[in-house]
Parts: sequence; structure tokens; C-alpha cells
Amino acid sequence: MIQAKDINFYYGDFHALKSIDMEIETNTVTAFIGPSGCGKSTFLRLFNRMNELIDNTRLTGECLIDGQNIYHKSVQVDELRKKVGMVFQKPNPFPKSIFENVAYGLRVNDIRDKSYITQRVEESLKAAALWDEVKDKLKKSAFELSGGQQQRLCIARALAISPSVLLMDEPASALDPISTSKIEELIHSLKKDYTIVIVTHNMQQAARVSDKTGFFMLGELIEYDDTKKIFLKPEKEQTQNYITGRFG
Amino acid sequence: MKKIRQIIERMVKVMLTLSGSITSLAILLIIIFLFKEGFGLFNNPSVEKGYALCINASNPVEYLSPEQIKQIFDYEITTWDEVSGNREDIIPFRFDEIFSMYPEEEFGIDYELLPEKLGEVIVQNPNIIAYIPEQYLLRENASVKTLPQENIRVDNFFGGKEWLPTATPSPQFGVLPLIMGTLWVSFFAILIALPLGMGVAIYMSELAGTRIHKLLKPAIELLAGIPSVVYGFFGLVVLVPLVQKALSLPVGETAFAGSLILAIMALPTIITIAEDAMRGTPRAMREASLALGATRWQTIYKVIVPYASSGITAAVVLGIGRAIGETMAVLMVTGNAAVMPNSLFQSVRTIPATIAAELGEAPAGGAHYQSLFLLGCILFAITMLISVSAEFISKRQHNKGI
Repeated sequence: MIQAKDINFYYGDFHALKSIDMEIETNTVTAFIGPSGCGKSTFLRLFNRMNELIDNTRLTGECLIDGQNIYHKSVQVDELRKKVGMVFQKPNPFPKSIFENVAYGLRVNDIRDKSYITQRVEESLKAAALWDEVKDKLKKSAFELSGGQQQRLCIARALAISPSVLLMDEPASALDPISTSKIEELIHSLKKDYTIVIVTHNMQQAARVSDKTGFFMLGELIEYDDTKKIFLKPEKEQTQNYITGRFG
Repeated sequence: MKKIRQIIERMVKVMLTLSGSITSLAILLIIIFLFKEGFGLFNNPSVEKGYALCINASNPVEYLSPEQIKQIFDYEITTWDEVSGNREDIIPFRFDEIFSMYPEEEFGIDYELLPEKLGEVIVQNPNIIAYIPEQYLLRENASVKTLPQENIRVDNFFGGKEWLPTATPSPQFGVLPLIMGTLWVSFFAILIALPLGMGVAIYMSELAGTRIHKLLKPAIELLAGIPSVVYGFFGLVVLVPLVQKALSLPVGETAFAGSLILAIMALPTIITIAEDAMRGTPRAMREASLALGATRWQTIYKVIVPYASSGITAAVVLGIGRAIGETMAVLMVTGNAAVMPNSLFQSVRTIPATIAAELGEAPAGGAHYQSLFLLGCILFAITMLISVSAEFISKRQHNKGI
């Protein structure tokens, strides 16, 4: 379970997130929607402390995963990121072979056992529904794959280190419709093992894949509820306006 | 309006094509000129042009190599049997010695009797070897034998261990000590500069805060702009005495001092280019690695350095290029002794330093002059080899997808 308590986040003087509270259940898919610049990606990147890479930022509030405050001094950020995997907007495989891409997370974890690595790579590629397409060319460069395949490779890469949470930052926005539907199917099948949080611009996608949806605007969490309710009977007028396409 | 723009565009196009072709042509011509001048060396006789070596006809020796000639006149070979002749002492005779043997009047007013006198000396001394101008050679004298002349040989040039371009009668153009000197100095310079430069580049691109980076970057770029004479001066005044004292050497002007100064000079190039290459690693790569739980250090050596490898290779090549081609600073601190180096703490002479130091005193068109051009060709070939192999390496890495 992920809990965010009274989160405020600043880029320099810019107040990017304004006192946000949220609880995300284990083994569910939660979608964040909202217009560009609303803070949904920033909020997502709090869960694996990716925002720390940016200079001159400030955070107040608490963020707990399974009861542990991930911003506590005792938490090592690389250990946290092993538990909280992430898939980015654009496919970003390493300039290495397909096999080495998936094995990367294991190798930086000091896992040396070759047969275990081979087994994990195969499992992860199967879980990411990519195995059948690449099993004969694991030694080939990851750049030889199509964009959709690359994105699934990135998902496999994130799965290989067995995280409990998977963050997805617009994972299908750079892909064609067929690849997108494959990613969406994948999200469905991964739900039973992972807690998935997905940021998306595509409202149909949010409606299709998620159990709960949060609507962000101007750094505020306007509404957070079951996806069905958000899309059929939102409580707030702003949400209504956004999902019916009146702005944003 | 449209017409005018079309005309201007066409003119710009013509101008660009023209400047491109002129530049390429100029470079090509320089290379052709360099090689033409350089390889002209092998058309020169191994004894100075216009001179001949004569011995008494009774002497059984038919041939002397340039090396042997030089050693004879250096009194290193003193008997004829060392060069497959009789068991007799060699009497080397230089042309100007004739003037101390006879009073001036005996040569005639226009020195028309000089050839006769020279012939006389050779006839009287059966063990003589005389080095005389061809114009004073008495052709019909049967008791004087002129040794056959050969051209400077390629293997003597590239395999010779002595660089004595002004020695008479037989200048030695052995380029090996110069090549070795260049390689030693450059190799150790790179050995020092590479780890240091990479370290600074990694620090600057990955670890340093924005403020430190803003301070360091221009400082390092400024270093690249300092003229090499200034570096050489600094080396001569500061580094050389330091090296001498610290290692208690008889002289401080050593290959080591040269390597140090070259390393300092190559550093800014290596740092700037390697740092730019590493900064050019997409943020997505960095984030992907960090998001998988890799530490900052793992990200640096597993993702960023491999990703920037072609840029880093370029940095190394340019660094080596700077080290090999650098003239002034090296000329000032290495002592310039053209001997085969067998330790780092010895005076050496590099190819560029040789060219710079000797071109001024080499008569244009002569063997010495041409040999300096050939040195230039060698330098060109070395740098070419390095950049081609670097290209090859980075391409192979690229093809592997790594």
C-alpha cells in the first residue's frame, strides 16, 4: 500500500504539488490524468525519489510504502528503487544487447549466478509478452527492436528485479495503437502481482486499464475515486469538464 | 523577389562548393608536397653531393657502406682489415688538409694544379681514403680508385640508430631514435593524462555541483588556450629543476619532464571532450539505470562511460595527437639528444622538435632538408594510424550495440 500524506513539492519557487493526500491499494492499477503540467508526473516520480535528480527542489509531507516512510534517512535510495520499478514515457533501452538490458538490474544487484540470471531474463520477457518475439535474438542490440517492442523490453527490465510497485509514466504515448493495446493487455496481466501506477494523457486508456483514477489540475488532486465513478459520475465540475474534453 | 532569392541561394551554393573544394585541394596538395619532398631523400647519394671518396688503386677494398665511411672518419674504424682490406692502418684524408701539405703557390693561380696534387697524395699513401670534391678529381689517374656511390637507402633511414644529419663525409639519417623519442614521450604523457583527464571529466559531468562546474569548465577551457611556448617556459623554469631535484638526476631535461608537460597540455583537450561526451548521455539513460536501483557509480561505469565511448575515444585520439605533434614545449624541456632512449630519465629528441630545430639550418633541397620532410611524413603517418585505429575501435563498439 502506498500512502501520500500532505505532499507539497516545489521546483525552486514554483509550487508544483499542493497538499496532496492519497492511498493506493496493493495489486491495483491507479491512473493519474490531467492536463499537461498539472503535476501528475512529478507526483508519480515521488514514489521512487526520481525527483531528487533535479537540483533545487523541495518536498514536505510524508510518503509511505508498506508503512515505511521512503524519505526517511535510513532508507537507501537504490534499495527503494529496486522495490519500486519505473517505465518511462519514451522507450529507453540501454545500448546493450536485449539480454543484457533485462539482466542489468540483476547485475547491479550483484547477482552473479548465470543460470539464475538466464532464468529471470526469460521469465521477465515472458511476463512482458516479448519472449516469443526476441527469444532467437537475445544477443542482438536492443536498438534493433521496434518502438513498441523496446517499451515492452523496458517493462521486462523493470520486472526482472521483482519490484512490488511499478510506476509507468505515459508508457504508451510514443507508441502506435497496436503496441499501445499490447501494453494495455500487459498492464492487465501484471496487476495480480504488482501495484501499478500509471500516468496517462489518454483518457480512454485510463478508463480501460485502471481500477482507480486521480484527476490532477494545477498541482492539486481534484478528485480521486473508482475509475467508473470518475468517468460516469464525477463529483467535481472540473473533472466533468476535463473528461468530456471541454478543456485540457 | 523570388528570383533574387533564388539567385542569392545559387550564389551561396556555388561559394560553399568552391570553398569546400579549395580547402580539400589545399590539404591534398600539402600532403603531396610533403611526400614528394620527403621521398626525394632516397635519390641523394649517401656521401654529400658533389664529393667523392678515393683510395689508392692498390687497395683491394671495393665498397664501403655509409656507416663504415662515417666510422672511418670518426676514427672508430682504424684499420683496413676491419672493412675486408689489408692489415694496414687507415689514413683518413679530408680535402682541406691539402692546403697544409703544400705551399699555396704550387696549386697554380686558378688552382689548376690542385687535382694533380691530390692525385699525388693518394698515390703516395696506399692506405689513404680521401674525401674530395668531384671537380678536383683526376679522372685519368690509373692509380686512384673512386669508390662507388650509392643512394641513401630506405632501410638505413628507417632502421638507422644514428641521427647525424650534418656529419661529413657521410651524414647519418637514422630516424629510429627520433621515432622512439616521440613515442616514449607521448606514450607516458598519455599514460599520465588519460586517467587524470577521465577522472576530472567524470567528476565534472557527474559529481560536481552546478556552481563548481560553472567555475571549473571555463578554467579548464582557458588552459587549452595557453600558447605552448608558455607551457614550455613553465616546464623549463619550474618542472625541469623540480624533476632534477626530486629524482636527483644529473640533468632535469628528460623524457619524463617532456611527458609531464605534454600531459598537462593534453589534459584540457581530454577533459573537455570526454566531459561533453558524457554529458551528452541522454537523461533517459541515466534515469533508466538509477530507476533499476543502480547506484550513481554503477550508472557511471555501466551506462554513461560505455554510451560516451566514441566521444571518449575521440578525446583520447585528440589528446595523443596533441602529444605527438606538440613541438615547442617539448623542444624546450626534453634536452634534444638524438640518441636511442632506454630510460624515461634520459634526454630525448622528438620528431617535431627535430624539424623545428633543424629546418632553419638545413640548405633547401639538400638531403638534410628532405630528410626533415620525410620526418614530417612519418609524423603524418603516425597520427593517421592513430585516428584510423580509433575510428575502427569506436565503430566496432558501435556495431556491437554497446
